[in-house]
Amino acid sequence: MKQQEIEKAKEYKYGFTTDIESIRAPKGLNEDVVRFISNIKKEPEWMLKWRLKAFSRLKNLKEPDWQKPKFPKIDYQDLYYYSAPKSVTDTPKSLDEVDPKLIETYKKLGIPLQEQKKLSGIAVDAVFDSVSVATTFKGELTKKGIIFCPISEAIRNHPDLVKKYLGSVIPITDHYFATLNSAVFTDGSFVYIPEGVRCPMELSTYFRINASETGQFERTLIIADKGSYVSYLEGCTAPMRDENQLHAANVELVALDDAEIKYSTVQNWYPGDKDGKGGIYNFVTKRGACRGKNSKISWTQVETGSAITWKYPSCILQGDNSVGEFYSIAITNNHQKADTGTKMIHLGKNTKSKIISKGISAGFADNTYRGLVKITSKANNARNYTQCDSLLMGNECGAHTIPYIENKNSTANIEHEATTSKISDEQLFYCNQRGLNQEEAVSLIVNGFCKEVLQQLPMEFAVEAQKLVGISLEGSVG
Amino acid sequence: MLDIKNLNASIEGKKILKNFNLNIKPGEVHAIMGPNGSGKSTLANVLSGRKGYEIEGTVYYEGKNLLEIPIEERAQKGIFLAFQYPIEIPGVNTNNFLKTSLNTIRKFRGLKELDSLDFLKLVKEKSKKLKIEEKILSRQLNVGFSGGEKKKNEILQMSILEPKLVILDETDSGLDIDALRIVSEGVNSLRDKNRSFLIITHYQRLLNYIKPDFVHVLVNGKIVKTGFSDLAQELEKDGYEGVSIAK
Repeated sequence: MKQQEIEKAKEYKYGFTTDIESIRAPKGLNEDVVRFISNIKKEPEWMLKWRLKAFSRLKNLKEPDWQKPKFPKIDYQDLYYYSAPKSVTDTPKSLDEVDPKLIETYKKLGIPLQEQKKLSGIAVDAVFDSVSVATTFKGELTKKGIIFCPISEAIRNHPDLVKKYLGSVIPITDHYFATLNSAVFTDGSFVYIPEGVRCPMELSTYFRINASETGQFERTLIIADKGSYVSYLEGCTAPMRDENQLHAANVELVALDDAEIKYSTVQNWYPGDKDGKGGIYNFVTKRGACRGKNSKISWTQVETGSAITWKYPSCILQGDNSVGEFYSIAITNNHQKADTGTKMIHLGKNTKSKIISKGISAGFADNTYRGLVKITSKANNARNYTQCDSLLMGNECGAHTIPYIENKNSTANIEHEATTSKISDEQLFYCNQRGLNQEEAVSLIVNGFCKEVLQQLPMEFAVEAQKLVGISLEGSVG
Repeated sequence: MLDIKNLNASIEGKKILKNFNLNIKPGEVHAIMGPNGSGKSTLANVLSGRKGYEIEGTVYYEGKNLLEIPIEERAQKGIFLAFQYPIEIPGVNTNNFLKTSLNTIRKFRGLKELDSLDFLKLVKEKSKKLKIEEKILSRQLNVGFSGGEKKKNEILQMSILEPKLVILDETDSGLDIDALRIVSEGVNSLRDKNRSFLIITHYQRLLNYIKPDFVHVLVNGKIVKTGFSDLAQELEKDGYEGVSIAK
């Protein structure tokens, strides 16, 4: 490796590429490409129709442009919408059929796929560019009636569930990126937890963009039937490339009566280099519907990567007494930008929502919290508590808080708290005087700042996330 | 242990320490007394490495040029500053902070890092000995601590980190009599032939509890008088002005 590459690799340890033969769709976005994807996924006719409907709708849509981080116009004809390692174009039946190079890649990422080496108690689905390469622990889950598989497989094997719920939370008409995803999504995870079942392990999906000039459009659908519980975690990385790569995922969650879904994200896409060159555009639509009474959806996100993060994991609190939660850490360093937050839509009676957002900005970065709390006229006794804290490091970065509150019900109880603070030289000096170096001190202070959110993560990932928080701010203080 | 020669320190062009000289041997306890603005805190800051000062002269610590050593390394090498105003760090658990600090220092000294269990045992033992309530350690670092709690926390940290040179920067200010006793007992219990103390104070009353080997009077950036512990009583009676004139 050249010195420069070594330096670069130190900054982002997931920045390697894997040399794997892949099959791609022809470049560009058109009806043929949509048909190509549907065909290669061996999808039934109804799915193709659904995609085409989204595609025709897309023609009349424009990208939204109200977000704070601006970016050069994306040439959608200059992207590949499907890329898959040659060896797994047919769904792998077992890990033995997976290209050893792929297994190697996931090993490098710290995601062991071999059955015997699996993280204890965590079932993993790994998505490489456009296809799912392996899902672990399938047998054990099947015994409980739990379905955890690539969404392309679910479309073929569980069409009734997919037809019923796909697009029911994020309609194909929703907005430009959601519609684009509906037309060209390639893979992602599907989870169904049957009535009364508590999923015995963490479910996890690992996303990796490998090929260049490729967009990743994954689609995840999680359904928690009555009285069920599931905790799901996604992680993401990508190689370092000078170009910006688009990642436009849709994630839909449905919680029926008394069900609970806990969805955690540790997002560590390539953030671009120190000067802001390259990096992922992370434009993601995540929405959960608390459809049943007493249901609960909880989003936890740790966003440390991407050149631009633009997402609002939201909850539609339809069922009476349902609960929505959003815990977020968004860290931006160097030239990274984030515009993230949540929407809590209170429709049912006695619905509750809680928003805890921690934004950390360093270098030349810009960090915006944008959120909506909406209480409709029928949502009697709705309650919301929002806390938005921003931490600034240095003098060149920015933090913005844009909370929207729409209240149409006089019985509502809405609280909003916001703080902005800076890591002071005094705090750093105190830590230094106790033997900690600058980076350890920053990591300690920032982890303290984020503690309420980190506590929400499943144990196994909280430690990793803590380290990530420290690493992503390295070099940000004098 | 510590040898300061012709130390000059200024901040934003203002000269604060002027040709300051001091030599501290292992096991000695030195008290520096002086009126407001005499340069007491500047001395503590320069020794611990706080940025922002223009410095001339030499400071040797264990035979090494202290002024070239980064702040955290000074701490690792055994310099401990008990802060006059310990800063609040929200969200950071005091126990966790102290454990991180202790293990960094232990690592530097080539000792095994303590796991949570051993650490908690150590904390229990020390806080019991110092009569400091353990429960402040489960709170966020200095957040919402009373003045006394902050200072006690500094003393507890001192006794756990086992430094070689302790600098107490007006640790007695703002303490009631009970807290003052706890702080003094903490210092006294750590006195031994290898550990040195530099006690910076405005008032004599701390020295009723901690008997220093030497007392220096600092006026206008210079030591104007050095004596034994009875000098402190003299000062109490005559004030700093009396001493300066007598000189």
